[in-house]
Amino acid sequence: MKPLVFILKREPDQRLDLAPLVPHLLDGKSVKDIASLELQITRETITVGDIFKLRSGATGSIRFEGGSARLDNVGLGLKAGEIIIEGDCGKSLGRSMSGGNVVVTGDCGPFAGSAMSGGRLEIAGDAGGFLGAPLEGEMEGMTGGLLIVRGSAGERAGDRLRRGTIVIEGSAGDYPGSRMIAGTLIVLGECGSLPGYLMRRGTIALANPPELAPTFVDCGLHDLAFASVFSGLLRPESRGAARLFSRTLVRFAGDMAALGKGEVFFPA
Amino acid sequence: MRPIKKNGVRIDDSFAEAFPMRGTAILITAPSRRWARQAAATMTGFATSVIGCGAEAGIDCERTGKSTPDGRPGVRVLVFSMSTDTLQTQLVNRVGQCVLTSPGSACFADLDGADRLPVGDSIRYFGDGWQVSKKFGERHFWRIPVMDGEFLCEATTGLTKKAVGGGNLLVMGATAKTTMRAAELAVTAMNGVEGVILPFPGGIVRSGSKVGSKYKAMMASTNDTYCPTLRGAVATSLDKDVGCVLEIVIDGLTEEAVAAAMRVGLAAIVKLGSEHGAVRVGAGNYGGKLGPFHFHLKDLLP
Repeated sequence: MKPLVFILKREPDQRLDLAPLVPHLLDGKSVKDIASLELQITRETITVGDIFKLRSGATGSIRFEGGSARLDNVGLGLKAGEIIIEGDCGKSLGRSMSGGNVVVTGDCGPFAGSAMSGGRLEIAGDAGGFLGAPLEGEMEGMTGGLLIVRGSAGERAGDRLRRGTIVIEGSAGDYPGSRMIAGTLIVLGECGSLPGYLMRRGTIALANPPELAPTFVDCGLHDLAFASVFSGLLRPESRGAARLFSRTLVRFAGDMAALGKGEVFFPA
Repeated sequence: MRPIKKNGVRIDDSFAEAFPMRGTAILITAPSRRWARQAAATMTGFATSVIGCGAEAGIDCERTGKSTPDGRPGVRVLVFSMSTDTLQTQLVNRVGQCVLTSPGSACFADLDGADRLPVGDSIRYFGDGWQVSKKFGERHFWRIPVMDGEFLCEATTGLTKKAVGGGNLLVMGATAKTTMRAAELAVTAMNGVEGVILPFPGGIVRSGSKVGSKYKAMMASTNDTYCPTLRGAVATSLDKDVGCVLEIVIDGLTEEAVAAAMRVGLAAIVKLGSEHGAVRVGAGNYGGKLGPFHFHLKDLLP
């Protein structure tokens, strides 16, 4: 299947909202229709045709050649299909997506994978703050799917995570897994201060843990069948995460300042 | 009916009559092969016939750590019942009493399909609020804290409505010794077929039954026409050279698996020959009116 290609002509001079450029909204539209879609967020109109050169193809597979930190809402609400961005993108990448696959070869802004409920989102570079987190006023962050950051992530990664798995292969900023409701967050690099701050349930696995808050309590060393199973399931996606789960792990339960049914694992 | 003769063994021109059943499969893993087998053996105990046990269950095959989800040795168990409800109850009771309790065990779904039976979804309540749900992709597990660590149990397993129960072979020999030799060889061969179990002790049943009885309360009673001690007293099905009959009953997840098991069983009996093994092989049926699956012996010959 030949993909539909958007080739970036130049750095946009305002932030652009790329929410219309997802397979289920482009399905059935001609290249001319697509070129006339408006992306601006100011009074100055900018259409797809103004900023991208298009090469026709199946709408189920979308490719951006060239990216910019000003391209927001890429893959917003994606239901199925694939979006590949060769370059960087802005905030809310893959927000609310429920299926399909999004791959970014560069870096992305804050709120990547925000409130996503399914599918797979892979960021080859670094992610901004609030990875998978809810926007202001929302009750839940990510509720399903798989979110992988090969580089590092900013602060509050996995805030209010409810379900699904986040793997950060690089380092994470402060308060990773803050207010977690459930789900799994894995950090392979360095980890900022106070992981799992006010987490209720869920699992955080840290290869290099900082000092935990005193509201996390030691539950000892364990070789759990669940860790071996997750190791096997994660192997095709992240060898580092698979290796972490194959080791004997120390379990700390917390955050006892909240519900206290969560856990932080790290190698013995 | 003129019997076919192979290596001296007479093969009846008859068929095994089998019934549709509900079937499911789980994989039990443990820290060692010994404990995986132990949990599976305990779970499949007292599960020879749906008449008195509620379910028919047995060990299908063993798996090495390379092909189990948690990298530990495993045993695949099949459970069959006549209705989805009974199968559900039996599965949860058996996993709850026999696998959850077995040291170091974990329990995984081992049958695909849209129809699902809750396993971990029911057993999780043992966790008394400390149970942990873990999802990855389409898979859903429950972690239940227990005294040796955690019991990991997949939330649901697959259910097939196309399972077949009651495939059988009647192994007839001159003496108990030669008949047993033929039956044992057949069982060994049939255990190698994936997707089937032989629910009776060691795969063999010596008390085949007929439907009905002279006593009102009895649903089934001894199959007198195959009892060698009654050979002269009843309208017998046995020849003069038959002094012992052993039956092998087969339940399978598919009709093909049951046929494949019967085929290798027959081949093993024929290969042994009549001199040291069985002199005749038959199959049990009810005239073909009760069960929709008919396995004709002549079609399954080597």
